[in-house]
Amino acid sequence: MVTERLAGASAIFTPLLSRAHPYVVAMAPPHLLAPTPAGLFCAAGDFYIDPLRPVPRALITHAHSDHARRGHGDVLATRETLDIMALRYGEDFCARRQVAAYGQSQRIGDVDVSFHPAGHVLGSAQVRVADERQRIVVSGDYKRASDPTCAAFEPVACDVFITEATFGLPVFRHPDASLEADKLIASCALFPDRAHLVGAYALGKAQRMMVLIRQQGWERPIYIHGALEKITEYYAREGNDFGEIRKVSAAERSKLAGEIVLCTPASLQDIWSRKFPDPVAAHASGWMRVRARARQRGVELPLVVSDHADWNDLCATILETQCSQVWITHGEADALVHWAGCIGLDARPLHLIGYGDEEDAVEAQT
Amino acid sequence: MNRFAHLLDRLAFEHARNSKLRILGDYFRHTDDPDRGYALAAMTGGLAFAHAKAGLIRTLICERCDQTLFEMSYDYVGDLSETVALLWPSPPLREGHNFPPPPSLSQVVETLHATPKAALRQVLAQFLDQLDETGRWALLKLITGGLRIGVSARLAKTALASLGDVEPNAIEEIWPGLTPPYLDLFAWIEGRADKPVVSDPAPFRAAMLAHAIEETNFVSLKPEDFIAEWKWDGVRVQAVTGYDEAGEPVGRLYSRTGEDISGAFPDVLEAICARSFGAASIDGELLIVREGRVESFGALQQRLNRKKVDARLIAEYPAHVRAYDLLSEDGEDLRSLPFAQRRMRLARFLETRAPARFDLSPLVPFATWEALAQARRDPASAGAGEDANAIEGVMLKRVDSIYVPGRPTGPWWKWKRDPFTLDAVLMYAQRGHGKRSSFCSDYTFGVWRQGAEGDELVPVGKAYFGFTDAELKLLDKWVRDHTVNRFGPVREVEANHKTGLVLEVAFEGVQRSARHKSGVAMRFPRVSRIRWDKPARDADRLEAVEALIGERKRAD
Ligand SMILES: [Zn+2]
Ligand SMILES: [Zn+2]
Repeated sequence: MVTERLAGASAIFTPLLSRAHPYVVAMAPPHLLAPTPAGLFCAAGDFYIDPLRPVPRALITHAHSDHARRGHGDVLATRETLDIMALRYGEDFCARRQVAAYGQSQRIGDVDVSFHPAGHVLGSAQVRVADERQRIVVSGDYKRASDPTCAAFEPVACDVFITEATFGLPVFRHPDASLEADKLIASCALFPDRAHLVGAYALGKAQRMMVLIRQQGWERPIYIHGALEKITEYYAREGNDFGEIRKVSAAERSKLAGEIVLCTPASLQDIWSRKFPDPVAAHASGWMRVRARARQRGVELPLVVSDHADWNDLCATILETQCSQVWITHGEADALVHWAGCIGLDARPLHLIGYGDEEDAVEAQT
Repeated sequence: MNRFAHLLDRLAFEHARNSKLRILGDYFRHTDDPDRGYALAAMTGGLAFAHAKAGLIRTLICERCDQTLFEMSYDYVGDLSETVALLWPSPPLREGHNFPPPPSLSQVVETLHATPKAALRQVLAQFLDQLDETGRWALLKLITGGLRIGVSARLAKTALASLGDVEPNAIEEIWPGLTPPYLDLFAWIEGRADKPVVSDPAPFRAAMLAHAIEETNFVSLKPEDFIAEWKWDGVRVQAVTGYDEAGEPVGRLYSRTGEDISGAFPDVLEAICARSFGAASIDGELLIVREGRVESFGALQQRLNRKKVDARLIAEYPAHVRAYDLLSEDGEDLRSLPFAQRRMRLARFLETRAPARFDLSPLVPFATWEALAQARRDPASAGAGEDANAIEGVMLKRVDSIYVPGRPTGPWWKWKRDPFTLDAVLMYAQRGHGKRSSFCSDYTFGVWRQGAEGDELVPVGKAYFGFTDAELKLLDKWVRDHTVNRFGPVREVEANHKTGLVLEVAFEGVQRSARHKSGVAMRFPRVSRIRWDKPARDADRLEAVEALIGERKRAD
């Protein structure tokens, strides 16, 4: 809460906005990366980052399905990202895999490439691409809030910062996630006769919710929908302690009054969810901050927990990288472009089509 | 305040009545006085803040947020209070700051009530600084009167009753005499004190209201279970008299929402304060009755919304109460008696005490629903005689219905008369507001009358268009294509025997009006249909409208 409050005043306050950014230096337009219909392309290294269609050589920031697609030739990603892609798509998801360790630089063609933690989900990375003239960082999806299930975001100095902007409006300031877990536990106490179904994205969000619930003192077993099983087991093998996790069997559903059941957001609307005793529909997502959005989804217990940077963190991160240019891959770009312009940064929305937002995804993920 | 805010937040997303009751009960049980009392007041409409308006809130946020970022955010969120709550920057805390606790609901309410308008801005900003996002949202909703959380006053009282062994109706009974933060009420419900003694000798009792009946409802209803009476076109009131400690009569005339309107009706007040009236509470309809005849609603309007009235006005528009129900008599609460019995007590009361300016609402005898439908169509022949003009329809009350506050489904039904309709010619159109602001959606229409140079149109009313956007578009296009003159947002359109658009207008009645050029005014007119097919010269004439003042000709 303290950091939230400290940062809270900064990014919308007019006097600050009108002050020029101290790190601005005149520089050449970026030549290392270019947006193409297939995604960001680096000609000097002959590779794509998070390509949207099959390519000979791909660098993948993280395993969410809109960033990590199957069918590429060579794939360079962190070990965890490659593992999760294999779990989801099968071992043959690409022709050749190569592991990138965080912080280690390698030469590809005429550029240096390195991966750095993004704090988004297990294995998520930012990709730094540099030559003698320019340093570009592609953030992928990222967050700055604490998350014990993955390595914390590390700011990387660069000239061009390519950021996401899923929550790129100043109304999105995510609260302390532990308070949201408290809200869920309090509701279980108030409604011991109702099952609490928590919609959470299968990769990352679900596991973070498990840890949060445990941290706030929930000792009963946590029940999960089958769609969450594989990834959760992988997270556990990677050293996360979730306590007792039970997969919900069909017959058991009617007996889970007062229990917490994690499932994909899509299952909340499924027939599957109706067999639980008078279920409370909870949904863990940054979108839950806006009431109309939660109501639109029929959510009764909105939990504002996000794996993306909120407005303050987007702004703070851009400043920290000391970049002079910001490119925005996807999300709510307009406000961020306006803000960046006000402080003297060169900002440009890329409007890349094809990167969704897993927090808003309704399709079930396996 | 944050706690109350989180209660509202949770209630806003909960649909099931039982879950709402549980959430409310939990809040009342675990919240201290006087916070919970103010929360109860907020949910029952008992808190009002006079000065805070949307403009002030906009000013406050624009001092703290870049204008463009605010506009983008407002656009996305769509609700001013919520946008500001989410945007509001918490002030940075200096090293060594001790995190003062955020203000409680009581602090907020008491401070705001004591704050003069000039200081409000600063006080509000300080509260917003101290609250969290949900707290800010609730505060802004509370002070702008936008608190809609799907909890009725009745539901809140029902949850409250569950704290102890108390019936919700027992709370309703003493409710009018209680004030926030209701310390005595909570103490009684929790068994820590006796039932609060209501000190007001002439309290308002929450009114019982009826649902509109639909054709389909009749299938399951038996005529013999019901008593019918006319639904009079006046103002529903409650006339209450009690005696203070000195033994002096205290009389009050309340509107159906409990507003004290005695000041405007000294004639009624004098009647109920007569010693012969005793102590009683009568539910009835306020009407203007001259020489035994009920006047139109227009006559009653001369007496409404006035702080003071003079003798001339009283003489010209004498007020009268047509009594429907007797809620209490000499301290005895009659509301738990069946309606048939209350009605007998009422008849006896009026007969024996014979209060001036009161009479008994006559019954409408009927044996079948068809017979009642006939009476509703033609009240004049069904016993209402010359007063038929002041009848809005019929009321159906179950013989065994007890008097329950609110609008319960089943015991009482209202069956209104069909509206009148008239074919009028569109004369002027005006741009609407809000979502329809790009269309012309206010329409002035007229009817034909004989002028110096033949037929001329005279405006008789103005109405909104109540139709689909598709129809609105067609109408809007017609207006644009036929505009002959523009005065600001108003367009005058072609309207003569040859060219003109006929609108079917539905309305509840017609009264004489000196303020209107036509000499008549319609009650609740709305455009019910566009008569694309009807030539303008065939629209109705003023004589037809005037005829409706005298008699109530049916529309169908
Ligand atoms: Zn992602
Ligand atoms: Zn993404």
